[in-house]
Amino acid sequence: MSGGRPVQVRAEVLTLRPVGDYLSLTLVAPGVADDVRPGHFVALAVGGEQSSMLLRRSFSVYRATPGGRYGGTVEVVFAPHGAGTRWLAGVRPGDAVDVVGPLGRPFALPAASSGAASCLLVGGGYGAAPLVALAEQLRERRCRVDVVLGAASAGRLFGVTQVRRYASSVSVTTEDGSQGERGRVTDVLPDVMRRGGTQAVYACGPMGMLAAVTAAATRAGAVAQTAVEEAMACGIGVCMTCVLPVVGADGTTRMVRSCTEGPVFRGDRVRWADVGTVPEGTLGAPVAGGHR
Amino acid sequence: MTAPLASVDLPAPVLTASGCAAAGRELDPFLDLTELGAVVTKSIMLEPRSGRATPRMAETPSGMLNSIGLQGPGVASFLAHDLPWLRERGARAVVSVAGGSVDEYAALAERVGGEEGVTALEVNISCPNVESRGQVFACDPAAAASVLSAVRRRTPARVPVLAKLSPDVTDIVEVARACVDAGADGLSMINTLLGMVIDTDTLRPALAGVTGGLSGPAVRPVAVRCVWQVRAALPDVPILGMGGVRTGLDALQLVLAGADAVSVGTATFNDPSAPLRVQRELRQALAERGFARFTDAVGAAHHQLPRRRAEGVPA
Ligand SMILES: Cc1cc2nc3c(=O)[nH]c(=O)nc-3n(C[C@H](O)[C@H](O)[C@H](O)COP(=O)(O)OP(=O)(O)OC[C@H]3O[C@@H](n4cnc5c(N)ncnc54)[C@H](O)[C@@H]3O)c2cc1C
Ligand SMILES: Cc1cc2nc3c(=O)[nH]c(=O)nc-3n(C[C@H](O)[C@H](O)[C@H](O)COP(=O)(O)O)c2cc1C
Ligand code: FES
Repeated sequence: MSGGRPVQVRAEVLTLRPVGDYLSLTLVAPGVADDVRPGHFVALAVGGEQSSMLLRRSFSVYRATPGGRYGGTVEVVFAPHGAGTRWLAGVRPGDAVDVVGPLGRPFALPAASSGAASCLLVGGGYGAAPLVALAEQLRERRCRVDVVLGAASAGRLFGVTQVRRYASSVSVTTEDGSQGERGRVTDVLPDVMRRGGTQAVYACGPMGMLAAVTAAATRAGAVAQTAVEEAMACGIGVCMTCVLPVVGADGTTRMVRSCTEGPVFRGDRVRWADVGTVPEGTLGAPVAGGHR
Repeated sequence: MTAPLASVDLPAPVLTASGCAAAGRELDPFLDLTELGAVVTKSIMLEPRSGRATPRMAETPSGMLNSIGLQGPGVASFLAHDLPWLRERGARAVVSVAGGSVDEYAALAERVGGEEGVTALEVNISCPNVESRGQVFACDPAAAASVLSAVRRRTPARVPVLAKLSPDVTDIVEVARACVDAGADGLSMINTLLGMVIDTDTLRPALAGVTGGLSGPAVRPVAVRCVWQVRAALPDVPILGMGGVRTGLDALQLVLAGADAVSVGTATFNDPSAPLRVQRELRQALAERGFARFTDAVGAAHHQLPRRRAEGVPA
């Protein structure tokens, strides 16, 4: 958990506004906002103090503003999905939401010594949220920033106008063709990487997309950093629910926690095809499939 | 608010629950571990263990199912990294151990029991017994007893050994008695209840492991009942109570039923500062009810109610 220790605060809802098919929630969360880096996430308690929903819901931080008029705010962009996110969709300014954050390991920026790298950012749906601040920081380091954003439909695209400020190019794909090119982000990646001379790829979105982006990056000789989304119960590393098989620098596969060791992993270290299983040869696995 | 538990005097009555606090370190940003009675570690096994496939959890009304499968780094890594950290931090450690055979439990007791900084051993007997067609130790009084006697024999006398019981049995008193007769100094209860959730979109079991352990406030009444029954049958046996504690009043229920100390588990996922908050709320609840000492409340619900009123204990 780099970027300081996480804190727990009772945050106040500042605003909740629709953004396409999503909702953008801004919370006054002093302390949480201070150390946020792109890729960090927050874990929100849902349903109020006596809620029967015990598990926290995790969301990437879209924007964090330390200090300022409200003493620190964080903004997340989310899709109403199950009971917890539907509850969040009903909060009003002034309501209290318990926040834990910042959590996880953020994206690693190219080493300053290696000069200005050419970077490609790939976001799927709300996965674009952490990439906007990342684009800004890469631009500050004089990196070339190309961005590819994709979604099922125009309403599920996020961040297209926001990233334009920092990007050399922005490509958009939708599966239904309602905006940009019809198809998936991976359809346009080889082209964008060739034109930009991409050295580093950053991706956030659904797991299938991350696997495909990693494959494309590897083919182009670039390293991908991927922010994964595994079901999490605590978000802080105590429950062991959020694991996935990752190959370490020593070549050994381990079931690692995506909340503390991730959510950002080197794409080529994640065993994408084996997510959801305990592959043979994993440290501590008696047989393929792990323990019964 | 000291809490005697078997032969140790805990400075406070609230602990973490095994598997809900890892080895303590991750909770450090959220609470002062030294203020807790102790940190109960995730169950340690001899070898590193990968655990089960994902999904490993499903949320349920006021609870959750988990099928972690005891993922952990193994005892060598625990002794090299986790226990020294707790010791340096000044936190007391109750080390939970788990095995697939009596020999494995015995070997763990030998490795861990004498280490500096180990306040007690909690023996998680909810694992399938590899020697007995997968039958869970805690469901069979004889198997449970053989584990506890092996662990007790290999553990220094000053370190209490607690048997962690499963509520998924016909008669929990029978298993409790077998463990105590075999040398257990106290009992931890309850472990999770076996449950199952089916995903109505995929039409398949929600957990990769099909079944999982149910925990959280949903199981609290079961925990209170188990503690009550065992306290009534074995009034002198120390009990570490757990199951669904989210507030100080939840903890108080277990104490009144007969728990000498209380662990907070699943609630920690909802609120990482829960163990210390519960302890604070428990202290206040006791004061409001006129208990001068924590120990006065232990098992108090077993005493006849009219007597307490007649004695003029302030309400
Ligand atoms: C690191 C991280 C970052 C995320 N960022 C965002 C974001 O920026 N915007 C956004 O809309 N969503 C994001 N998600 C997904 C979001 O956490 C889930 O959609 C949300 O938890 C679903 O909650 P629910 O109550 O609606 O669904 P339920 O199905 O009722 O949730 C039950 C439990 O399963 C977990 N869960 C269910 N779906 C997911 C999922 N897809 N991923 C992880 N846990 C899940 C929940 O956290 C909860 O503990 C992120 C997830 C992770 C792990
Ligand atoms: C994710 C999870 C992992 C657990 N792992 C262990 C474990 O390793 N050993 C053990 O004895 N109990 C384990 N338990 C059971 C708890 O220690 C506790 O007995 C049970 O959850 C009931 O308490 P609660 O309702 O406060 O969580 C685990 C529980 C959960 C939710
Ligand atoms: S979510 Fe609990 S360990 Fe990662």
